[in-house]
Amino acid sequence: MTTVAASSSKSMEQALFGKPTKAKSIERVVFWMFRLATYFVLLCAAVIFVDIFYKGGKTVFQSEFPFVNLEFLSESPQTLHVFEHEGQQYELSDTKFREFKETIDETIVTETYAYSGGGIWPCIVGTLLLVLGAMLIALTLGVLSAIFLSEYSRPGKILNAVRLSILNLAGVPSIVFGIFGMGMFVLAFGWNVSLIAGWFTLAFMVLPIVISASEESMRAIPQGLRDASLALGATKWTTIRTNVLPYAMPGILTSSIIGVARVAGETAPIMFTAAYALRDQLPWQGLEHWYDFFFQGVMALPYHIYVVSAKIPQNEFTSRMQYGTAFVFLFIVAGIALASILMRIRMRKKYRW
Amino acid sequence: MPVMEDRLENKTRMDATNVESPPDEKNRSLIKISDFDFFYGDKQALFDINMDIAEKEVTAFIGPSGCGKSTLLRCINRMNDLIEIARIGRGDVRVNGVDIYDPRVDATVLRKRVGMVFQKSNPFPKSIYENVVYGLRIQGISKKSVLDDAVEKCLKGAALWEEVSDRLDTSGLSLSGGQQQRLCIARALAVEPDILLMDEPCSALDPVATAKVEELIHSLKNDYTIVIVTHNMQQAARVSDRTAFFYMGKLIEMNATDQMFMSPNNEQTEAYISGRFG
Repeated sequence: MTTVAASSSKSMEQALFGKPTKAKSIERVVFWMFRLATYFVLLCAAVIFVDIFYKGGKTVFQSEFPFVNLEFLSESPQTLHVFEHEGQQYELSDTKFREFKETIDETIVTETYAYSGGGIWPCIVGTLLLVLGAMLIALTLGVLSAIFLSEYSRPGKILNAVRLSILNLAGVPSIVFGIFGMGMFVLAFGWNVSLIAGWFTLAFMVLPIVISASEESMRAIPQGLRDASLALGATKWTTIRTNVLPYAMPGILTSSIIGVARVAGETAPIMFTAAYALRDQLPWQGLEHWYDFFFQGVMALPYHIYVVSAKIPQNEFTSRMQYGTAFVFLFIVAGIALASILMRIRMRKKYRW
Repeated sequence: MPVMEDRLENKTRMDATNVESPPDEKNRSLIKISDFDFFYGDKQALFDINMDIAEKEVTAFIGPSGCGKSTLLRCINRMNDLIEIARIGRGDVRVNGVDIYDPRVDATVLRKRVGMVFQKSNPFPKSIYENVVYGLRIQGISKKSVLDDAVEKCLKGAALWEEVSDRLDTSGLSLSGGQQQRLCIARALAVEPDILLMDEPCSALDPVATAKVEELIHSLKNDYTIVIVTHNMQQAARVSDRTAFFYMGKLIEMNATDQMFMSPNNEQTEAYISGRFG
């Protein structure tokens, strides 16, 4: 009996300390594959971000007080004048150049670069306005239809068809939305290139995200809460209002806002519907009636990046503009996403089950 | 069968403390179910149910899983309306003489009169206070004094007041399982129903919490008509005045609980009660 025990303990030792099994080796290889894939993705992201932050940072920040290039953030895009005067190199935007010319007598020969001076303030304003409006429209339409789909509609063929078409909507390329928006809102409705046309076009683009996120958030609410409310004599709508929507809201808002932030980066849907390459006036300036505001076209960051990188001759001065704009744009989009995440954390704390 | 005797003894003791005479003759019928057939889609869930549920008594529905006892319970306050494929084949359910499936009946009003407590305790993720007054708030009652009174009365009624009176602002979800279930009962009491339906209210509770809820059921029957679905035969024996045994969607036998457990008329009932199947 003892010999058997001894030999079995020996083989046990061999098994435990011996060569790694085949399964174990495969496990190692696979594990490293996963790890390397992750590192590769991280590396790509890091390269993109470092590049934009480094080059864009040079445009947005400066070494002297106030350390932020206020001109870049607060001016409209202008022509840049580059010239030498009394042995000094000057790079001045159009307005500054005119002021400078007043102070001296002689005529100056300059090299001019379109769009490379001034700043991007109108683009920031335009993008923020577009995001806000699109979010409002998309949330209203999206949440209302999600309530219908998840709480009221009868399951069946029609509902499946509706869901399928909403999913398909998510797969439509953005340029198609752009063309649709132009045909529908700009031309057929006669809204011209305007904020409101851009809002609806962008809103339709995010609708699939908003609807599916809202539906999912509502379906995640335990059925028991609805039952309890109904059993106390509440109507369906009261139940939804008091026991479904409040608890689903954090999920709905976060997903929707992130969706909108993503769509805000699209150039195609706004290039035919809302964006101008250059517009000096902000949308609220020079209006006859307050409602004319909705029908003003705006400049927007993604379209501006497209214009300065594809529509004008390239040189070192335009490249500064491109990176600076990209930097600000990334910053805004990240800010929106961050705000929505903070909001979710706050709301989640309030409602737990 | 020593266990059985023990159970019955227990039951007699409980009855002894409750001075009332056998409820059979005294109490009038409050819920009357006649020739009731019920379907989920094409599948028939209930077959030709006929029963009377007496006022201010505890009626227990027992039977193996899938026998239709919960389905019938949910027919009494029309919670089955929420299931798309559910439909009534034949017959009616009358509460206090009114056919509750009459198209003119507003199910939300019915549910105020016929409260329900669920298998899984489901307090709202709100404060204890707000949980209790929810049913009042949705009726538009917002007067502080009325709500305060209701909270105290209902929590006392549900034997929970002593335990939570100093922390009404904390979340209902911070309570233990048994407390949560009693909170759900308090919440149901707040709308002042005549009938309380309980769908396996103790199935997720430990024995101590179960005992408390059972005690509560006992005290509630002075004011409410209670219908309780339970998997647990001892529980049926302990808390109910009358017991209905269901099998395969049919009502096999309904009788005073004592009689049912002591000398069931039907073979199937006997087999189930003595634990030979189910």
